[in-house]
Amino acid sequence: MSQGGPVAAPRSRARASGRSLLFGLSAAFLMVAAWEIYRRWVGPALGAKGNEVGTLFGWKVFPRTSSNLAMPPVQTMVEEIGKPEVRGSGTSVLEAVLQATLMSLWLAIAALALGALVGLGVAVLMSRFKIVQRGLMPYLVVSQTIPLIALAPLTVTWGGEISLFGFEWQKWTSAVVLGAFLSFFPIAIGATRGFASPSAASLELMDSYASSWWSTWWRLRLPASVPFLLPALRLAGSAAVFGVVVSEISVGYTEGIGYLTLNYLTEGTARPAKVFSAVFGTIALGLLMAAAVGFLDRFLGRRRPQQELA
Amino acid sequence: MNTQHPAVHTAALEKVFNPGRPNQVEALTGVTLDVQPGEFISLIGPSGCGKSTLLRLIADLLEPTGGDLLVNGKAAKQARLDQDYGMAFQQSGLFDWRTVAKNIELPLELKGWDKAKRRARAQEMLELVRLGDRGASMPWQLSGGQQQRIAIARALAAHPPLLLMDEPFGALDEMTREHMQSELLRICGETHTTVVFVTHSIPEAVYLSDRVVVMSPGPGRITDVIDVRLGSNRNDDTREAREFYEKITEVREALRGSELGAVARGIEDR
Repeated sequence: MSQGGPVAAPRSRARASGRSLLFGLSAAFLMVAAWEIYRRWVGPALGAKGNEVGTLFGWKVFPRTSSNLAMPPVQTMVEEIGKPEVRGSGTSVLEAVLQATLMSLWLAIAALALGALVGLGVAVLMSRFKIVQRGLMPYLVVSQTIPLIALAPLTVTWGGEISLFGFEWQKWTSAVVLGAFLSFFPIAIGATRGFASPSAASLELMDSYASSWWSTWWRLRLPASVPFLLPALRLAGSAAVFGVVVSEISVGYTEGIGYLTLNYLTEGTARPAKVFSAVFGTIALGLLMAAAVGFLDRFLGRRRPQQELA
Repeated sequence: MNTQHPAVHTAALEKVFNPGRPNQVEALTGVTLDVQPGEFISLIGPSGCGKSTLLRLIADLLEPTGGDLLVNGKAAKQARLDQDYGMAFQQSGLFDWRTVAKNIELPLELKGWDKAKRRARAQEMLELVRLGDRGASMPWQLSGGQQQRIAIARALAAHPPLLLMDEPFGALDEMTREHMQSELLRICGETHTTVVFVTHSIPEAVYLSDRVVVMSPGPGRITDVIDVRLGSNRNDDTREAREFYEKITEVREALRGSELGAVARGIEDR
């Protein structure tokens, strides 16, 4: 490219990502330190010298951590990751967690894709027909107040009635649908705003070319909505992860990280640190999703004015 | 171009917004104007005089409520469907996500031209506006004047016989503005394009136009048409010529007269 102008040099971008990695590691270190300090010195009812700690004016203001059940040491958590899942089993906790995380990741990506598709479809309808927007918008808002737990058994029951082209509704299908149910909303809202964002002059310009509504949507409204869609996609990504992980438990899909967390939690008294391996898996799931969306973000924003990338 | 019919023909053209409702506005009334092929016409007047409304009627972005309107000898809608005109606004309105060349190709894309033909024409237009080497740039990498030149290139890409411009240089600084005026005259001379040009600026209207159409508000109408025709060899010296100042004075007086007239009639009506 021979043009001048504000094009970010690759070196400064590398330096920026190196810096954010450093910040991330420091934050993780601080969190471990805070955890250990609280667990050792603030949480226990009796301090190292046998004096009572964790109280203010005689009120118990800090949760008690007398045993290692509530807040296991970080070291134990790390050790737990390498142990076999159950005594004498061939698979380690790490393997089990990784596998479950991967399963949930696929479900979350499927949920996000389905949610994005439905969200965009709804937004197109709402932009095309003002009457649809007026009629549908309140229902969209209400839809997000329905508890997922209430919806989960319904999707299983209804899904059981569905059999299309040899495809049988599975428990994971319910999890995907529920994840999509949460993730379509930010996309629908963001896209509706984005589709309405072109200036009157831009729309007049397209009219002056006798461009049809669809042609104007494809050439003007859709590309103009990208700066609105990217933050929406980020919200939808976390919504999809949350939706899938929570609904795994409700619909009884046993292969994912949500169900694994529940499983490990029930073993709490025997191996209290084990559940944190599953928690780490969920965190990894969230990070992977954020990375996927971030990649998309960079790809779509690569030829945009710099201020829009922020 | 075809010389059988005027580029724009209006007779007793009228536009009423929200007819029959309490917020009814008579935007334009009794507009009769013929624009000859190759002519450069400016519409000038205070805000609310309906100059932008008239431009949008010609462009078929608004529908008249009365009178006759022919563009390129056809109904305005047909002219729009045939892309008989190009349009440029105060904001260049270039699409941020398209390269400069792809922006110019937009109207050709909508006409269904194939890729090779579009690309060749875009390059030809880039040369015409003297930005031949900026085709691969993104619009936000260009200066305001360059962006406006690309907008003109886009408006003329399909070689329409008519160019409609709504204060296209209104957002530019004075030096760039004068330069763009000369460029516009050169481009329209080379392409034999008819121009209808909306502006607030008296010197701009006088410098560019064959005829200046003076408009007045309440209701919007034409109060005067002033022949300018400073000759085809206009240059920076023209801006300092006595003739230029005389025409500026003439337009200014016509504008003031139309305003005084409006005030006087207001008094009579009371």
